[in-house]
Amino acid sequence: MSYLRVSLVIVCWGCAASFYAQPDAERALQTRFVLAEDGDTLELPAGRIELTNTLWLDGKRDILVRGAGIDRTILSFRSQKQGAEGIKITHAANIVLEGFTLENSRGDLLKAQEVHGLTLRDIKAQWTGKPRKTNGSYALYPVQCRRVSIQRCTAIGASDAGIYVGQSDSVWVRECLAYHNVAGIEIENTTNAWVWNNTVYDNSGGILVFDLPDLPKKQGGRVLVWKNKVLHNNHKNFAPKGNIVAKVPPGTGVMILAARAVEVTENAILDNRTVSTAIVSYYITQLPLQDKEYVPYPADIYVHDNTYSANKRMPTWRHRLGLLLWLKFGRRLPHILYDGIADENHPPARICLKRNINGSFANVDAARGFKNISTNATLHDCTLPLLPRPE
Amino acid sequence: MQPYMTALCRSCPDRNKLAAVFILLLSSILTAFSLREVPFKPEERLSAYGFFLGPLANLQPAENVFSYEVNAPLFSDYAEKARFVALPQGKRMRFRLGEPFDLPEGSVIIKNFFYYHDFRRPEEGRRLVETRLLVREADTWKALTYVWNAEQTDAFLEVAGAEIPLTWIDNTGKRQRLSYQVPNLNQCKGCHATKGQLVPIGLTAEQTHRKVSGASQLERWMTEGLLEGVTAAELAAVTPLADYDDPTSSLESRARAYLHANCAHCHHPHGSANTSGLFLEITQTDPLRLGVLKPPVAAGRGSGNRKYSITPGKPSESILLYRMEQNDPGIRMPELGRQLAHREGIELIRQWILQMAS
Repeated sequence: MSYLRVSLVIVCWGCAASFYAQPDAERALQTRFVLAEDGDTLELPAGRIELTNTLWLDGKRDILVRGAGIDRTILSFRSQKQGAEGIKITHAANIVLEGFTLENSRGDLLKAQEVHGLTLRDIKAQWTGKPRKTNGSYALYPVQCRRVSIQRCTAIGASDAGIYVGQSDSVWVRECLAYHNVAGIEIENTTNAWVWNNTVYDNSGGILVFDLPDLPKKQGGRVLVWKNKVLHNNHKNFAPKGNIVAKVPPGTGVMILAARAVEVTENAILDNRTVSTAIVSYYITQLPLQDKEYVPYPADIYVHDNTYSANKRMPTWRHRLGLLLWLKFGRRLPHILYDGIADENHPPARICLKRNINGSFANVDAARGFKNISTNATLHDCTLPLLPRPE
Repeated sequence: MQPYMTALCRSCPDRNKLAAVFILLLSSILTAFSLREVPFKPEERLSAYGFFLGPLANLQPAENVFSYEVNAPLFSDYAEKARFVALPQGKRMRFRLGEPFDLPEGSVIIKNFFYYHDFRRPEEGRRLVETRLLVREADTWKALTYVWNAEQTDAFLEVAGAEIPLTWIDNTGKRQRLSYQVPNLNQCKGCHATKGQLVPIGLTAEQTHRKVSGASQLERWMTEGLLEGVTAAELAAVTPLADYDDPTSSLESRARAYLHANCAHCHHPHGSANTSGLFLEITQTDPLRLGVLKPPVAAGRGSGNRKYSITPGKPSESILLYRMEQNDPGIRMPELGRQLAHREGIELIRQWILQMAS
């Protein structure tokens, strides 16, 4: 009780301080971002700053944006009127952001587009309150970037993906925390990504590696998912329909969709109720496909040395895949699932599984209406060259 | 030199004054030289540029400043716009097809945003809100914005953006209220960017090839020596954008002109929305790129629970229309420069999607 009282006092002290300082604080910050010169350090003061418009850094080099620390500097976009993002960084090089909390923007919390050399460190990006579909899409969202490092960041409450890296190259995501998002971490149409030592829990899907059609950057690949804790990602899927993640069944640990050269290893993938590791083609989404250059099948997927939970699971009933698995397997669900959709005109998919603790398997034969579901993994008893480890 | 100095000396009693005159002369010569070399320096006040004669609010163009019109304007919360170009003395714009005209260094594109007090009776006056400049430097463009004072005597440079409460009576006689948002300088580039470079949007052949007061705007520019690099035959080959408000044009050409003018500055293979794979420029012919049965990529809640950007024949199942209708900053399109829904534009796109064969 006394704890509650103390925190109330602290919260209200924060409010009072921000109310009179607000317009000036925003103005100063906006001006600072607009007029920043190459090589500048932009210090974000401690305290809560309410912003009504996107903070935008464009066309700059070698900028450090530094706050007083997570939950010490809070940039709140609760009353945002303009701009779809909280912070936006475009056409820039060597940008480092660290030490602050970003919250409650109308669209994405932090979007970086065409940035070469982006470091996000010790940032908490969140939508507060219960996870809901009116929350913005992505908490941390680098797209079309090169050399991205996301470290010790926390993403909470995104109605799409907490940490979403799209159409980028050379990406590190490590020591991050993602929960209460639809997808915890999503790597999409991205090449050379290392996702390691993250903890991803209570999302609808933990870690997604997707290749999607109709995009300027066609194909991702060489994605290492290593030493992560992917735990009980059983949250209801609250993504607005129409989005690809709205199709992810609640209770998904790791999902690889139409991606190639993906290695999933030494992860603890525990208590995800529906499917621990899914390897599927784009056709599983039942969306029409018109992009002729796009390859809709996963290939060169190596899942090995992961730990899965031993206990029985009850899959979600909110998704047809969950229902189907339940009808077929009851509570003895296979952990690793392959949709079995392949094309004879394409080279063999090469999906290899090795030494996974409790790593039961099923090919659900989705191409033929789930008729010949097989739990025989001998076809996938193979190895693939290991991807390089991060330094 | 000698007689000149003595002549000066006769008219002035002491040598100090002579020195003062000399220094003055020297410094003005130096200033003239340095003006040529120092890059463009933004003025604090719009009036300082001398673009307009007489009271600034009359927007009476000075010499070398001329007004222009476009076929398909960008909708920006029902603001009216008065557009001008200031060219350096004796310089011309260079015609280009498929991209904005090439303007010589030192040119300035001037766009004034205003609201009539009563849109049914423009003669009763207007409130100027904002003047945006695009300044041509050696090999880049610079964007600046000036906010008009309430007295309408001048406009002042604004870097961080601003909010201006406005009210007017619309063309149906209804009173409208708006907290007008002046963009911050980075946001200019949100629309004015191709391959990451700041560029003009509207000064293209497709936009400016039109009749103004009964005569061809581009032909007039050619005869007046404002535009070069184009023959009459090339001009005849230009397909102007339709005026999307003109009901005598075909629905297809109006809808495509509307999407080009309002969306394609980002939704273009080299624009900032190329992450989406939705391309709406007038030359686009691939139905998928135009959004037909195209699932969204990163629309998030912008999808409005709809499956495709355009579902032919079904406007109410098309994300494109949903985002035009919404006013939430995380959903609405365009992302910038709009807070109000454009009723007429929405109706146009609705009709266009409706008549598509499903």
